[in-house]
Amino acid sequence: MPRGYWVQAGPWSIVVEVVITDRRRARPKRRVKSQCSQCKDMATIEIRGLRKSFRAYQKQEGLRAALRGLWRRSYREVDAVRGIDLTVEQGEFVAFLGPNGAGKTTTLKLLSGVIHPTEGTARVLGHIPWLRENTYRRRFALVMGQKNQLWWDLPAQESFRLHQQIYRIAPLEFDATRDQLTSLLNVRHLLTQPVRELSLGERMKMELIAALLHSPDVLFLDEPTIGLDVVAQHNIQQFLRTYQQERNVTVLLTSHYMKDVAALCKRVVIIAQGQIKYDGSLSGIVDQFSQHKVISLSFAEGRMPDQLASVGTVLECVPPKARLRIPRSQVTTVLSKLLALGGVEDVGVEDPPLEQVIADMFSQADHDQPDSLQTTAS
Amino acid sequence: MATSTVPNRWSASWTILRIALEERLVYRGDFALGTLMRFLPIVTQIFLWNTVFQAVAAPASGEQKLVAGYTYEDMVAYYLLTMLSRAFSSMPGLSSGIARLIRTGEVKKFLIQPIDLLWFHFLSRVAHKLAYYSVAIGPFALVFFLCRAYFPALPPTDTLGLFALTLILGFLLGYFLEVSLGLVGFWWLEISSLIFVYTLLSFFLSGHMFPLDMLGTKWHWAVQLLPLQYLAYFPAAVFLGKVTGSALWFGILIEMVWVVGLIALSRWLLRRGIVRYSGFGG
Repeated sequence: MPRGYWVQAGPWSIVVEVVITDRRRARPKRRVKSQCSQCKDMATIEIRGLRKSFRAYQKQEGLRAALRGLWRRSYREVDAVRGIDLTVEQGEFVAFLGPNGAGKTTTLKLLSGVIHPTEGTARVLGHIPWLRENTYRRRFALVMGQKNQLWWDLPAQESFRLHQQIYRIAPLEFDATRDQLTSLLNVRHLLTQPVRELSLGERMKMELIAALLHSPDVLFLDEPTIGLDVVAQHNIQQFLRTYQQERNVTVLLTSHYMKDVAALCKRVVIIAQGQIKYDGSLSGIVDQFSQHKVISLSFAEGRMPDQLASVGTVLECVPPKARLRIPRSQVTTVLSKLLALGGVEDVGVEDPPLEQVIADMFSQADHDQPDSLQTTAS
Repeated sequence: MATSTVPNRWSASWTILRIALEERLVYRGDFALGTLMRFLPIVTQIFLWNTVFQAVAAPASGEQKLVAGYTYEDMVAYYLLTMLSRAFSSMPGLSSGIARLIRTGEVKKFLIQPIDLLWFHFLSRVAHKLAYYSVAIGPFALVFFLCRAYFPALPPTDTLGLFALTLILGFLLGYFLEVSLGLVGFWWLEISSLIFVYTLLSFFLSGHMFPLDMLGTKWHWAVQLLPLQYLAYFPAAVFLGKVTGSALWFGILIEMVWVVGLIALSRWLLRRGIVRYSGFGG
């Protein structure tokens, strides 16, 4: 299905119609025609029906299987992203949550042009990411917590200088940005130290600085705090929050740390099995997905009843206190029963912890994971 | 070094070259040892051919011993010149390095940043060579001085110019050959066997093992159409005056065709490889 793209080109925009028909190769066939600049009123990130499938080799255990694999191999078709639609406006800080293998990183790779989609369309800042135009590459940055983009054996300042050159940053602007970022992250004294001799947290700060030197309009962060200690995580959270507020950049963040998400993002997108399951506020997740409430009870001395298990699931019971999980729809009924038992001194009704709700969702998603096996001669 | 003007393509290229040179000099011990030890194989070759010539019966006429038209002095001069050719055309670790970038996912850096993977590696390799020459020039000069008696008179200026041209073309040929092999990593991921086959063929068909005109006219003609002889044999043959006139220009033409063809091949492999790439390595 053809779709139109508006690419800024001076006073005029260009419409690029992308038609992707071949599932495997997904090579865009482009038809370019000029279009008036009024038509470029659009979101920073627009994704429509984006799909990405991989073919993963499945090797059975043992030498016999290895020999058989020389002639005939089994592959599993992995649908990493299954037709997602997403719109992100300028200045939004969006968290991308999901279990391992849900399609978060694949989506970021698609949006940064590292891989081509199997089907569907996307445009970021008016560009089709996988065309990898330099004009686009100078306007975004991707930071991957597990990947090093700096020169390992040289001080970070050499990598920064290289970034100045390849991103065409004017000298004064470069000096000002570098000084500001190194001060904010408190790593100015480490600029002359080889990257290999920095700690993980210091290296991550340098990675962030390298990614931000060209003042990107869009920032993709793939688990930027992975492996960091609590202090380093907190420092990077603070920095990202300040930076995003000051510059109004659009940020897409994937992280398994709920503290990152809670500290930084107003909007959360949950992706599981390659599909978007939720798009809204962090607190809205509990309302929408939790089927339970947690009741905290405190009883008078020696008045702890034995029948707690009959009204709900006992999460904790250390007299004189107890915590129960009950169905959300039965809160009033259960409270009446509990009060009728007598001896209740204090009672509280809470939502279950956010981490628990999300963990339950992820575990359900893992359980539902479809499998498609096909054997192909290689 | 801070630049005072807004960066452009050339200042970016200079920065890449400079930083790659700096990186090359970080591990001083490894670099010095690796550079100097490159001379060892040529010494063993010279001893080998010394033994071969001693075993050959001297002609009754009292003339010099010949093996396939080469005197012992010619042979030593040939090997020293192929050593010089290979100092330009050999690209240690290039193809395996590119395949490793693909396998580990580090290639993503070149897809995300506004930088061309082939140009970046080209500049890195130039830096690699410059660092090597700056250290090796002393031992090279010493070896050539000590062995000056093995060389014929210095060739005329135009031949020296063409010799220099073949060295530069040899560098380009070696670079784009190895880059093309490395880019096969987008399909195969592991290319060590491919590199082994290439090294084996290169060892025999580049003239590294023996002068290719020993092969006889028919085989030599076939080998001339392949790219490998331009990595070692051809520059040495030009210097020694073994290839002259139309054969020399034909050789240079074939070499240029290979360089252009391999540039096109490496570009095509990169473009197709990126489309195929699945973002391995996280």
